Amino acid sequence: MRMKRNSPFWLNLMYLPTLLLFLSLIYYPFIQGMQISFTNWDGFSQTRDWIGLDNYRRLLEDKNISTVLKNTFIYGVGSTFFQNLIGLAYALFLNQQIRSRGLTRTIVYLPVIVSPLIMGYIWYFFLQYQGGALNDIVLLFQNEPINLLGNPQLNVWIIMLVNTYQYLGIAMIIYLAGLQSIAKDYYEAADIDGASAWNRFKSITFPLLAPSITINVVLNLIGGLRLFDVIVALTKGGPGYASQSLATLSYRTYFGTQDAGYAATLGNVMFVIVALVSLLALVVLRRREVHA
Amino acid sequence: MSQRKAFRELFSVVIALLHILPFYVLITTSAKPMSDLSSKWVLPGRIDWSNFTNAWDLASMDRAFLNTVVITAVSLILIIFLGACASYPLARYQTKWNKVMYIFFISALIVPPLTILVPLYQFFVDIHGMNTYWGVVLLHVTFNLSQAVFLYTGFINTIPRELDEAALIDGLGKFKLFFIMILPLLKPVTATILILAGVSVWNDYQFSVFFLQKNEMRTITVSLASFFGPNTNNVGWVAAGSLMAALPVTILYMFLQRWFMTGLTTGAVKG
Repeated sequence: MRMKRNSPFWLNLMYLPTLLLFLSLIYYPFIQGMQISFTNWDGFSQTRDWIGLDNYRRLLEDKNISTVLKNTFIYGVGSTFFQNLIGLAYALFLNQQIRSRGLTRTIVYLPVIVSPLIMGYIWYFFLQYQGGALNDIVLLFQNEPINLLGNPQLNVWIIMLVNTYQYLGIAMIIYLAGLQSIAKDYYEAADIDGASAWNRFKSITFPLLAPSITINVVLNLIGGLRLFDVIVALTKGGPGYASQSLATLSYRTYFGTQDAGYAATLGNVMFVIVALVSLLALVVLRRREVHA
Repeated sequence: MSQRKAFRELFSVVIALLHILPFYVLITTSAKPMSDLSSKWVLPGRIDWSNFTNAWDLASMDRAFLNTVVITAVSLILIIFLGACASYPLARYQTKWNKVMYIFFISALIVPPLTILVPLYQFFVDIHGMNTYWGVVLLHVTFNLSQAVFLYTGFINTIPRELDEAALIDGLGKFKLFFIMILPLLKPVTATILILAGVSVWNDYQFSVFFLQKNEMRTITVSLASFFGPNTNNVGWVAAGSLMAALPVTILYMFLQRWFMTGLTTGAVKG
């Protein structure tokens, strides 16, 4: 009896609660969402009609969808690019002997622990049209403040940069951990060979950082493609659809226009995009690791 | 050479200043009364606490704080306990079936909660989970468990198996072995998970705004968002409320920072 209770099978009961939570709150709703996307449900009625692929057809004809998709990719891919570029640069710089490096690392990381909604508000104080901190400087040079958040060409990039500012601390920390795990021997050998700083980076640091690059790129893509809070705080997706992402559009379609069927469709499309892009990045970058 | 060193020191300070600027603006904004129309760059002559007291009393931040504390505390206890329990068999008995379970748990990382918002909302209406503590706690726990399982499993993998064997020879059962021997060893990675999950639950807006719509159930972020609109432009209140909201997690981070890096590197990079 005692043997039996200790067998691996009984030990597996330890993940049963977790399994039940995942099945009921992630996988079951996920399948439900598939079904709802084939209906014209309004989100509260008892009845709904099966309309087949109509919602998906509607999505293809939606004239705003290209803007929304473009924005979603700017938030996802743009943030990932800058988070990694700046995060890596900071990690390389702050890995040197500098007295204030501990403090600087902590300050760069600080925004990560602030709510993204609050981060949006903080930047609103900076960027707002009337009385914004940035426009106070602009007004020293010209008479008119710049409408940064109302400009449909600009605000998408601003939101992307706010997301970058907030989360580049994670990239920096992971790169620092990666740098510290590289054995010193490599650099000593390179010094004996008289390699230049650039050559050391190109042939030692960068290839050996490959695992950190993979983690960062995948994490940042998942984070950026589902961006929601910062957009709500800064522009609410406007003007019009100008800064809307799939996440904010799905939310608005559900709660704003009671179009649950179409909102579920947008949610499914968002899932497919996040899954495809992050898995693709994972596969490509992992393969690079093996060769490195 | 020393000139180069001085330049490095200077550059490090410049980076720090650049990144702290938004917080400076947040502080000056929160410490000025609404009548003060001076630039946000200018420090106020004296700190005006009216934004803080107004946000606290008039915007019922007190209730929101209580709600957020309860939700965060219960969620964290469950995430730590369920996450550590689930990871032990997954790390120690890597049968074919358990490997499948591991992938099943981790792959939920790529399901953004918003993609299943519509069915989740409907499900919560059906099970009467709307506007309840337990409902939103279950959501936070579920959506933070993938990360916890990932980090715990990676960390347990680095604990030598000889330790388990020695304990088993001493007659300790496998369940007891986990609670007496393994659990105490998980401290560093638990600190990491406490920070990551604590930050995500405390700061959450998405779940809270959908599933806690009653006024008395609001969390901090939801009540902040509610007094920020085109008509009610209480920038000072928002700034004061934001500062108060950010303070507890900042303190938590400062306390656990020492273990945070160790747990993150052993759990994620090596594991």
